[in-house]
Amino acid sequence: MFNYIIKRIVALIPIIIGVSIIVFLLIHLIPGDPAQTMLGERATEETVQRLREQMGLNDPLYAQFGRFFKNLLRGDLGRSITSNNPVAVEISQRFPATLELSIFAIVFAVLVGVPAGILAATKQNSWFDNLSMLVALIGVSMPIFWLGLMFIWLFAVTLGWFPPSSRMSVGVVFEPITNLYLLDSIIQLNYLAFIDALRHLVLPGIALGTIPMAIIARMTRSSMLEVLKQDYIRTAYAKGLVKRVVVYKHALKNAMVPIITVVGLQFGVLLGGAVLTETIFSWPGLGKYLVDAIYARDFPVVQGGILFFAIVFVLVNLVVDLSYATIDPRIQYN
Amino acid sequence: MNLNNPWFEAWKRLRKSKIGLAGIAIIFILVAVAIFAPLIAPYSPIEQDIMSRYQAPSQRHLLGTDEMGRDILSRIIYGSRISLQVGLFSIGLALVIGVTLGLIAGYYGGYLDMIIMRIMDIMLAFPSVLLAIAIVAILGPQLKNAMLAIGIINIPRFARIIRSSTITIKEDEFISAARVLGAGDFRIILKHLLPNAMAPLIVQTTLSIATAILEAAALSFLGLGAQPPTPEWGAMLSDARSSLQKAPWVMTFPGMAIIFGVLGFNLLGDGLRDALDPKMKNV
Repeated sequence: MFNYIIKRIVALIPIIIGVSIIVFLLIHLIPGDPAQTMLGERATEETVQRLREQMGLNDPLYAQFGRFFKNLLRGDLGRSITSNNPVAVEISQRFPATLELSIFAIVFAVLVGVPAGILAATKQNSWFDNLSMLVALIGVSMPIFWLGLMFIWLFAVTLGWFPPSSRMSVGVVFEPITNLYLLDSIIQLNYLAFIDALRHLVLPGIALGTIPMAIIARMTRSSMLEVLKQDYIRTAYAKGLVKRVVVYKHALKNAMVPIITVVGLQFGVLLGGAVLTETIFSWPGLGKYLVDAIYARDFPVVQGGILFFAIVFVLVNLVVDLSYATIDPRIQYN
Repeated sequence: MNLNNPWFEAWKRLRKSKIGLAGIAIIFILVAVAIFAPLIAPYSPIEQDIMSRYQAPSQRHLLGTDEMGRDILSRIIYGSRISLQVGLFSIGLALVIGVTLGLIAGYYGGYLDMIIMRIMDIMLAFPSVLLAIAIVAILGPQLKNAMLAIGIINIPRFARIIRSSTITIKEDEFISAARVLGAGDFRIILKHLLPNAMAPLIVQTTLSIATAILEAAALSFLGLGAQPPTPEWGAMLSDARSSLQKAPWVMTFPGMAIIFGVLGFNLLGDGLRDALDPKMKNV
């Protein structure tokens, strides 16, 4: 197992180098001169040239990439053109917001999707099965940004049950530590802040979690149906076990591997989907920051942000692969 | 017609599948609306009428009007043309490039295979929407660039499907037989390898069109796809953000149109998967 983990991590190196080459090339093909953008329209040709020289934009592309990669290894992603702060710092300040939202969304998706899928499978072709699969199918066909807007309109604007934007109400006394607001408020035993942060999470979290929920429900159902057909399930029934034990103890365990795969993949997709959800709910996370940076042509931020997302995505997928052995002891890594 | 033809078998199974038929029906409606848009649409999709801004749904405007006084129903009707175009063009592009790369990688193996598939792996290492956003950011926010970006991010999936099915059958005896009979690489690929990969390819194409429509709507919503006054469903939602409270119908109906179109391709894809792959039946 240990050797396998090492092998997998080593195999990530070329992928990550490839990812950084692509991101670097993408950004350097963007039309528009970053030096010009930084100085504004009224800057003279001379000042623009001086800044280009300073930023190394006049060097050949391979030299620029070499410098970029060397800095990357040291965790240095350059400085934001708009704020002049280190990009790595900006990302690390915003990522917890995205992480908190994504975890909330995936927990919601699993808590609703897995039971719905199991129930649908055990009652195949019942009204519950048909209805939940129809809902799931509509769920995977839905634009999340539309769902988010409908949520804001219905639950925030019309009914006023939940706040429509941001992470915390103005006036709540709160001192963030990790920037994961739920965690921070628990650590500080700040009950008011916890409730307020949770209320802000509900709408964007459910909007972001809906598509994964639908996909997880469909996967759980088909995986359970596959397992329930097998001989050992019949044996379990034959020796007199009740349905509940057969379904949850015998069947679910074997149905788990594809479900875990889909949950893991969806968690990665969530991070990308966060771009849209954060934009709609003005959620101050990495996704919204990235979109704003694209509009502002703040290319070090775009570069660092996309690179960061891709690396997180790759790591999540690795963790999913490695988790199989824990769930299914028949899977051996060599 | 040869009744033992596997395609005929599949069609018989598809005809029995309720979801498959529902998908075909939806796509049929969508295509009909797109073709006959000028005949069906009660108003022009882009003509502004400042006197009738933000009108609630009524007999004159069945789905109401938007901030420029444009008829929402007419815009949705014309929008079907754009969504279909995006789905077909971008996935067509991904299909052609992905299949070509996958066949080359699977058939020739060796270095070519390694290089092509590593590039595919790297592309799959990005959350796909993010990669599309980055590509459009470079090329500039236009509908045709959005289509191109969506096409590019879908290439790896097609390449993978074709490669794996090519690898499993290229050592089969009927391929050696064809080679002994003097068939060249090109003929073997086209006549023997490609037809055998058809079933998963058709399913993947249908389901990908569904995601492509969603992705295009997302890009347009972010202002990176279709530009005003183009009646694109995602762009219509973007316009509607400012009038959420005042005129909720402006955003409600374009969203439903997106769900309707995407649902059609998802249903057909599910039905096709059941019909073309008997092993997966009832799953």
